[in-house]
Amino acid sequence: MCRVRVLVGTRKGAFVLTSDGKREKWEVSGPHFAGWEMYHLKGSPVDPNRIYASQTSGWFGQVMQRSDDGGKTWEPVGNNFAYDGVPGTHQWYDGTAHPWEFKRVWHLEPSLTDVDTVYAGVEDAALFRSTDGGKSWGEISGLRKHGSGPHWQPGAGGMCLHTIMLDPTDAQRMFIAISSAGAFRTDDGGETWKAINRGLRSQHIPDPAAEVGHCVHHIAMHPERPGVLFMQKHWDVMRSDDAGDNWHEVSGNLPTDFGFCIDVHAHEPETIYVVPIKSDGEHFPLDGKLRVYRSRSGGNEWEPLTKGLPQKDCYVNVLRDAMAVDSLDQCGVYFGTTGGQVYCSPNAGESWAPIVRDLPAVLSVEVQTLPA
Amino acid sequence: MIRVELPGHLRTLAGVSGEVTLEVEGQTTVRTVLDALEERHPMLRGTIRDQRTGERRAFLRFFACEEDLSHEGLDVVLPEAVAAGREPLLVIGAVAGGQWV
Repeated sequence: MCRVRVLVGTRKGAFVLTSDGKREKWEVSGPHFAGWEMYHLKGSPVDPNRIYASQTSGWFGQVMQRSDDGGKTWEPVGNNFAYDGVPGTHQWYDGTAHPWEFKRVWHLEPSLTDVDTVYAGVEDAALFRSTDGGKSWGEISGLRKHGSGPHWQPGAGGMCLHTIMLDPTDAQRMFIAISSAGAFRTDDGGETWKAINRGLRSQHIPDPAAEVGHCVHHIAMHPERPGVLFMQKHWDVMRSDDAGDNWHEVSGNLPTDFGFCIDVHAHEPETIYVVPIKSDGEHFPLDGKLRVYRSRSGGNEWEPLTKGLPQKDCYVNVLRDAMAVDSLDQCGVYFGTTGGQVYCSPNAGESWAPIVRDLPAVLSVEVQTLPA
Repeated sequence: MIRVELPGHLRTLAGVSGEVTLEVEGQTTVRTVLDALEERHPMLRGTIRDQRTGERRAFLRFFACEEDLSHEGLDVVLPEAVAAGREPLLVIGAVAGGQWV
């Protein structure tokens, strides 16, 4: 029977949660890097014992960590993220020009084919790559030098590149998303990038249908159908059937279409999950009821999944990188909350149970499905 | 021999306990001490001084002999007691909060 390893990044350290394929009994390891903000940890699909982690602090800046034994021990690696050339400026909150300044790494995406290659999405928005296991980093600057770069503007959480998706069928194709510039795609390995925001409408920006300026919160895809993308935007749940060239709304009967996370079932490409959040002014579930919504039709028709989740007095948030799925036969779905709970559903959302209840605020959740 | 006292998080990161002792050639300034510290413990690069500017990170402070040297610049010559190893250079995290404490 396979095992699962859940990598949890929190405001005050990282935790590694492990279980067998039943996903009923869990061992909790941590806190690793106690006291540090752990924005994201992710394992290599090539060697699951290779895990990369982003460790940050308002006092001490950015540190990168690497494990070669599945998270038991860690080694600090390179943390010099230097923008390529003269960084230039983007827009500040008030519309004035503001210099690009590195702040932290939000997301790590290990290569699908090379254990030593890993991509990093950073704030202020840029994409970096390491090909030596994290020892050194170089910017893939074609993205930041997209003509729209000077017009990018930070969202409330900063101008972060928070989503990186690698196309398993095309090594030259990659998708990224930036708050609050929008989504971009490269078809030539990062040399050039195309803004893929047609169909998004954001009422809070001067031109609701602008090429850039949309606050994309997260994007997900099924690896066997990389041309179909699902997006949780600031408001609106969106779908694209042409690799992002065009989007249409699939919020359907959701009680609110604001939210942060979105993910796709491991074996059913039309089954997707979101956690609706009341509004951008009230970052908690509607009516104090924590509900995951599932669509089995690729959007528009949604059903609430509540069994095992608190249905009163619950006012946590679920952040953009804090939902993941395993690939066991019975797909497991996981998410972490700002209240420190990490929930697991071992049956595709039918029922839920907390793995842990009292961690620091959860920033990210990733799952590795491992051989026995 | 120069003695340097680091914040707890940086001691953990560097894998040291207690004070760090360093040999510094030439004049003993904050910069030469930090250069020697980062040479010995490369994982500390960027955690005390910004990687891009080389300047002190905003929420760290430098003290020696009960004096705050944080605004004296990195080339300030450290007191003779520090150069002689009788007193440590203190690297201290500012008592600053923020929204996530």
